[in-house]
Order: sequence, then structure tokens, then C-alpha cells
Amino acid sequence: MFAEFLQYVFAGLTIGAIYALVALGFAIIYNASHVINFAQGEFIMIGGMSTAALIGAGLPLWLAAPGAVVVVMIVGVALERCAVGRASNASVTTLIIITIGASIFLRGLVEWLMGKEIHAIPAFSGEAPILVAGATLAPQSLWVFGSAGAAIICLWYFFNRTLHGKAMLATSHNRLAAQLVGIAVKRVLLLSFALSAMLGAIAGIVITPITFTYSEAGIMLGLKGFAAAVLGGLGNGPGAVVGGLVVGLSEAFAAGYISSAYKDAVAFIIILLVLFFMPNGLFGKGGTDRV
Amino acid sequence: MKFTAKLLAAVLAGLAFSAQAADPIRIGSFLSASGPAAFLGDPEKQVLELYVDKINAAGGINGRPLELIVYDDGGRADKALSFAKRLLSNDRVDVIVGGSTTATTMASVKLIEGAGVPFISLAGAVVIIDPVKKWVFKTAHTDRMAAEKVMQDMKKRGLSRLALLSESSGFGKSGRTQTLLAAELMGIEIVADETYGPKDTDVTAQLTNIKGNADAEALLVFGFGQGPAIVTKNYQQLGMTTPLYQSHGVASKAFLDLTGAAAEGMRLPVTGVLIADQLPQGPQRAVLESFIAEYSAKYGSEPSAFAGHAYDGLYLMVEAIRRAGTIDKASVRDALEATEGFVGITGEFNFSASDHMGLSLDAFHMVEIRNGAWQLID
Repeated sequence: MFAEFLQYVFAGLTIGAIYALVALGFAIIYNASHVINFAQGEFIMIGGMSTAALIGAGLPLWLAAPGAVVVVMIVGVALERCAVGRASNASVTTLIIITIGASIFLRGLVEWLMGKEIHAIPAFSGEAPILVAGATLAPQSLWVFGSAGAAIICLWYFFNRTLHGKAMLATSHNRLAAQLVGIAVKRVLLLSFALSAMLGAIAGIVITPITFTYSEAGIMLGLKGFAAAVLGGLGNGPGAVVGGLVVGLSEAFAAGYISSAYKDAVAFIIILLVLFFMPNGLFGKGGTDRV
Repeated sequence: MKFTAKLLAAVLAGLAFSAQAADPIRIGSFLSASGPAAFLGDPEKQVLELYVDKINAAGGINGRPLELIVYDDGGRADKALSFAKRLLSNDRVDVIVGGSTTATTMASVKLIEGAGVPFISLAGAVVIIDPVKKWVFKTAHTDRMAAEKVMQDMKKRGLSRLALLSESSGFGKSGRTQTLLAAELMGIEIVADETYGPKDTDVTAQLTNIKGNADAEALLVFGFGQGPAIVTKNYQQLGMTTPLYQSHGVASKAFLDLTGAAAEGMRLPVTGVLIADQLPQGPQRAVLESFIAEYSAKYGSEPSAFAGHAYDGLYLMVEAIRRAGTIDKASVRDALEATEGFVGITGEFNFSASDHMGLSLDAFHMVEIRNGAWQLID
């Protein structure tokens, strides 16, 4: 009984850590521009796909993984430079639609380059399961926890202890004031896309040995990550992490204790409940509109 | 003005030329060459193109060349239906060989039946030919046969209680229904009945339930694509030892590449394409070997079992047209139904008025995955 419970917890935390990284990616771009970047899931997919491609080209994993991060960051920067940044005078809704268009374009591009087949990456440190109190844990799950944890700590340090990070925070609080004190707000937007792309790439690389990847793998991960971001309060860093873990765990428990058929519905039921009863999420500040 | 006259002349000349050559026999097809079922439709399209060219190079059928018209339905039933409509009313095809998935096939069946055009489907589920439809035939094994083959093997190993994990896709749902029916007939008890989504990335919760079920003596996974590969990985990750069976939906090299060591010891029913070199010498093996050689020479990779369904569909139809000596639709249909002892890729076909699939259980071979390769065990 307890072993089963623990098994669901492991499953939930592993996928929840990925949702947390996706949600953080949403939060960073949202803070910089109030845009919800629906190409966030595609960053994950491209991270996994380009790692698989680089390994297929004969590179060892320790070279292929950073290579894939670079590829995805280039994609993120290009998305800002060629699409979102160019339309900076457009309304937020238009920008969001641009990101949806970009996500469809990126899926098509990957299909054209690498085909529609499913791709795999070997697990980083073997596949022999680790036994914990009757439940089993894949070594790759530890990589997921570790990478997500490290990424979250680095982000915290970046935003709280470095000048660039503080500049980004300042911009998210008040764009005009930030501009007045000499912060290059345009560069902040670029940086936010690069950071989000990096988070997506890391998530894609560590999760692919468990879930495989293909051109459409990012859609569901992106949507679940969005649910996590909404749950935590859009734009709230710690909220995104908690939201990700909560969505992951609820899915695993729903599949284990209720019915596996309703697993995917959980994330979306959470979105609806949050929007009905606490529209600012668990940790979000109440929004005020000046009329 | 002058240009128009020239164009007119060219068109007239073209018309005159085509009237001189023998009218082609028009073979229509709608396949899922892209989208989630691309692993079915893509090789099927390749095979149809390869062998239509080959038949034409050898002089066609009854002195007439074949013309292949293929549409890509992307795995979507609504698109399949509109392409079937286009094949029938615009392209005025003589016969149809296509329908990669059960969903795309069933969406078009009614229309094709109404038009009275001989149709061979390449999809799996038993509903396509049960109840028998006058104009509809199929080449692939049914999911019912896969379930029966698995249970036959369970009985040989002295196992009688089965846990079922099926995919919530068309293929998986039909597989689940047929497994439950077959279990009742063959005296196998279903002790767990779990499902997973075709796009799920984690199935450990469902497998944990099955692992904790002391009654489960064997596990059957019914699905295709990435889902069964994830199930296999999770099965290994949970350290499960329950004998694992999968359906014919995963019978491809890609599945072995994805799962690696995790699939070791797993059993599944497959067609001869994957194990041609392990079969006894005979007409079946000869057909398989020449098919594999021709396909590999053209496309540089070994054909999957699904590619074989297209070969069987095309040749069953072409042979029926040859025997009928005409492309009169009713005569072709009658000739098709009279097919006897046709040795194809999937097995020996014997159609009759009550059986429009024509394969027996012998056409399935039980294999076990050993050292990352298929090993014939019966």
C-alpha cells in the first residue's frame, strides 16, 4: 500500500519537475513582456530532438546536451528577434497569437528536418531501477530532480544577486521606470526569451530518456506547464515550481487511485478551478487595473 | 490570340495521344502518410508506388497500364472521407486499395459500399469485415487474432490470468474489446483492465496497480506508436517480472530501437516479414524474401509488417482484375471474393462469401525479443 503510494509520488515528482521548468519559462517571459509564450513546449521538444540528432551524428552525451541547449537558445533568441520583438507595438493578444504561430512553424520545421518518427536518448546513467521502500526509482528521475533543482537555484541567484537579473525584475515591476533609470528594456526581453529557451532545453534533455520525443511532444507538456504556471500565479517564480509539482502529483494520484482514463483531464480541471475561485493563483498578487 | 491557338493545338494533340494509348486502370488510395499514423501510411505509400511502377514496367495488367492516385489523409477520418469522395466522383477510380487505420477505413466504408467499388483496406480491426460487407475486403490480421495468438501462447506456458493494459486510441479500444471476447472463449480470466492515453509520457501508475495485483500472471499491452514503448520502459523501471506480451501494433524495428534492453524477453505475434530468414523454405518465404530485397533496394531500409499489407492489397486486387479479364466492378469483386491460395506477405489468403480477410491464425508467428532481435518461438 505504502509502496504504491511512494511509486505514485515518484512518478508525480518526476513529471512535476518538468512542468515546473516549463512554468518557470512561462513566468520569465510573462514578467518581461506580459506575453504568454505558447512556443514554450516547443523549446522542450527541440531540446530533446536536437540532443537525439547530435547523438545520432556521433557526439557523446556530454557534448550533445550543451549543444542542444545552444540550439534551443538560438531558436528562442530568433523567435524574439524575428517575430515577437518586431511587433513590440502590437497588443499583448497579438503577441500571444504570434507565439502560437511560431510554435506551429517550429513543429513543422522539426518535422521537415527530422521526420515524424519518435526519437530516443539513452538514459544518462543506466536503467537499473533503484529500490526505495518497495517502490522503484529510475536513475534518470534523479537527473530530472537534480537538473530542475540546479536550474531553479541558479535562477534565484540570477534574479536576486546579479545586476542583469535585478534589471529584469525591475523591468517586470515597472517598465517605464526601469527605462528611465537606464535599463535597456529591449535587451531584457531578449534575455528573457534566451533564459526560457534554456530552461525548456534542459527540461527536454533530461526527460527525453524517460518519455521519448517527437515533433508534437511539446504540445501537451507546454499546456500542462501553463496549467502549473496559472496555478502558482502567472509570473511568480516559487509559485511556478509549486504549481508544477502539484499538477504532476495530482496527475499521478488520479491515474493510480481514480482512473488512468482521466489523467490528462486533471491539469485542465485545475486551470478551471483556479480561474473560477482564485484567479491570481496560489501565490499571485491581486491585479489592479487603473480605470 | 496566337498563344491560345497554340495551347488549344497542344491540348488537342495531347488528347489524341492519350486516346491512342490503352486507357489506364485507375487504382485509388487514401493513406495516412503523415500525422500520428505515418508509420503505417508512409511505407504503404512507398510500396504501392514501387509495385505499380514494377507492374507497369512489365506491361501492365491485361495490356493496360495502372494509374495510381494517392491522397494523404494525415490519419484523420474526416479527411479520409472527403478523399474517398474525391476518388469516387472526380477521379472515377476503378478500385480502391487504402485506409491505413481502422478509423479512416470505417469513415469511408459506407460511401464506397454505396458507390459499389471494390475496396481493400489495409487496417487492422475486425469491424471492417465483420459483419461482411459486399465490396469491402482487408489484408491485415485482425486484433482478435492477435489476442487469440497471445492466449494460445499463455496456455502453452500454463498461464490463465491476464492483466490487460490498452491504449485509449481506436486501435487500443478495439483491441481491448476483442481481447475481452477472446478471453471468454479461450477460458482466460482478465484480472485487471487498465488504459493509458496514446500521448501519455508516464504509465508507471497503471503498471504499479498491475504489479500490486497478485492475481496477474501475464500482462498484455494493446497499443501502437510511442505508448507501448513507454510502457515497456516503465515496466523495466518498476522492476516487473510478470511475463509481458504486446500486440502486433509494435512489430517494427523502430520499437526495438526505442526500447533497447527494456524489451528483452517480451513476446508478441508478428507476421513473416520480420522473421523471413527464420521461416521454413517454401512459397511463403520466397515471396517474403523477394519483397524484402526489392523494398530495401529501392528505399534503403527493411520493410515493416505494415508495408506488407499494402503489397498484399495491391496484388490481391491486381490478380482479381487479371482473372476477371475486365475492370467491370462487379466482375472484379466476384473474382476478388473467389481468391484462393494467394500467398502474400502476411500469409495465405482464401477469401469467401463469409470471410473477407481470408487469413488463418497460422499466419501469425509468436516471437520473443532476444538480444534486441525477433526470435521465432513457434
